[in-house]
Amino acid sequence: MADIDITSQTMDGMGPHGTKVGLLRVLGPAHVWALGVGIVLVGEYMGWNFAVGKGGAYAALIACWFAGILYTCVAMIDSEVTSTVAAAGGQYTQAKHIVGPLMAFNVGLYLVFAYTMLEAANAITAGYLISVVAGMTGYAGELDQRPFIILVIMFLAWLNYRGVLATLTFNLVITAIAFLAILVLFLSTSGILGGGIMQHTALFEGHEMPYGWIGVLAAMHFGLWYYLGIEGTTQAAEEVRSPARALPFGTLAGIMTLLIAATLTWYVCSGVLPWEFLGDGVNGSVAPLFDTARLSGSNGLIWLLGFGTLFATLASANGCINDASRAWFAMGRDKYLPGWFGAVHPRYRTPYRSIIFLVPIALIFALGAPLDQVITFSILSGLLEYTFMPLNIIMFRRKWPLNSIKRGYEHPFHPLPAVTLLALCALTFFAVFLGYGTQLVAMIGFYIVVSLWFHFWRYRFVNRGAQFTMPWPKPQGY
Amino acid sequence: METWQILEYVAWGVSALLGLYMVIDWMKVDSSYSEDVLTSSREGELEAMTEEQHR
Repeated sequence: MADIDITSQTMDGMGPHGTKVGLLRVLGPAHVWALGVGIVLVGEYMGWNFAVGKGGAYAALIACWFAGILYTCVAMIDSEVTSTVAAAGGQYTQAKHIVGPLMAFNVGLYLVFAYTMLEAANAITAGYLISVVAGMTGYAGELDQRPFIILVIMFLAWLNYRGVLATLTFNLVITAIAFLAILVLFLSTSGILGGGIMQHTALFEGHEMPYGWIGVLAAMHFGLWYYLGIEGTTQAAEEVRSPARALPFGTLAGIMTLLIAATLTWYVCSGVLPWEFLGDGVNGSVAPLFDTARLSGSNGLIWLLGFGTLFATLASANGCINDASRAWFAMGRDKYLPGWFGAVHPRYRTPYRSIIFLVPIALIFALGAPLDQVITFSILSGLLEYTFMPLNIIMFRRKWPLNSIKRGYEHPFHPLPAVTLLALCALTFFAVFLGYGTQLVAMIGFYIVVSLWFHFWRYRFVNRGAQFTMPWPKPQGY
Repeated sequence: METWQILEYVAWGVSALLGLYMVIDWMKVDSSYSEDVLTSSREGELEAMTEEQHR
């Protein structure tokens, strides 16, 4: 095997373990950035503003920054672990190597549910946006949103089916446009270019903290929306040319982009829209950046932010299909799920059966479930996943200390990020419990039931020893 | 018939075509390749190859 060229197009992903058809290693750091930011940026365009409704504009800003700290910890921890455990499945694969099979099974399900629900929510949103466009162009009838919702899911699934390079290059282009749209809106409305329209002082006066500090706490639930999904960069681990370089670079650049985008979004929207209107994402401002553009009076900005909103929605759904299918595929490959799902397309080199299998599930949720419930299930699954991460990194550092295994990136100040992340997760669980206690309890009940099923039935089919094919040294203490 | 009504039908039609494409291709692939080949992917190939090269 000494003459294997690991950059070879024909041999990529095929090697000593007998892989005949593997995922294609074609991605670079920009694709990783596009995957992470692409999934999240829709949260800047819509959704984050519910935090304003919970506690006012300042509460939304505090939530934005605290959630920013939470996700910076997530990005740092993920960068270290995934640049080492560079395999499809992301956090599922991390859990499998570092914690154990039951945790891996649960984390795998968190991932698939979080991304599939988010995909469904994005498709619903895209259908709604198209109906708004129909209304704006003078269509008098009631537009049937269903064909457009289905088209979004089918088109993006088809793109994912055909190959990862085209899928994430598409994401790169539309995500970059959506991010630039936010920058242009900020420059045009803040007074830097031309006249400013910001009215922060007037709008905030007397409404600084309408519900006090409990409002700030409640806002944390939707503060997650500014960044939810950046951890999805890890799912590209088996398809990047250089995991040690591309994953940390793409993920950390992604969280920096989002911190900028989130703060600018809060600034422009809260400076133009009254908090009562901004904070009501159902009957008030559904798409706050677009509403801000409309109030600017510039047709150019209206079109730009209109396309930005649609592109952000499509990029998010596209990234979610990519990530959910990789997690499902990785679980199939290890027989945590039927091994049939662990197949790779011999020509397109994508996990084609997993992509196809998840399409009807996304369609059922997109066409049959209410948007707020779908989003809540997605957030809660994500939150459970973030709670696993600090435990994961602490165990990773103990089992494989810094000099025992080569890492692509070593995150600084360990264990401070892990402890901070755990504390912020606890705070956010309380915030979620305040608003969605029933769903939280129901969802934890669901994961307990499937854990019992896995322990007493499914585990007998798992590829026990054969699932660990990484050339790692034995963990310390074993 | 208004433009948006036509677009609704177009969306239904394109969705059906894309779905059909994926299902037909899936059937063709499954009947052309053995299950051993299709499910032969293992994690850690790049790492293992690098280890082999440095040995």
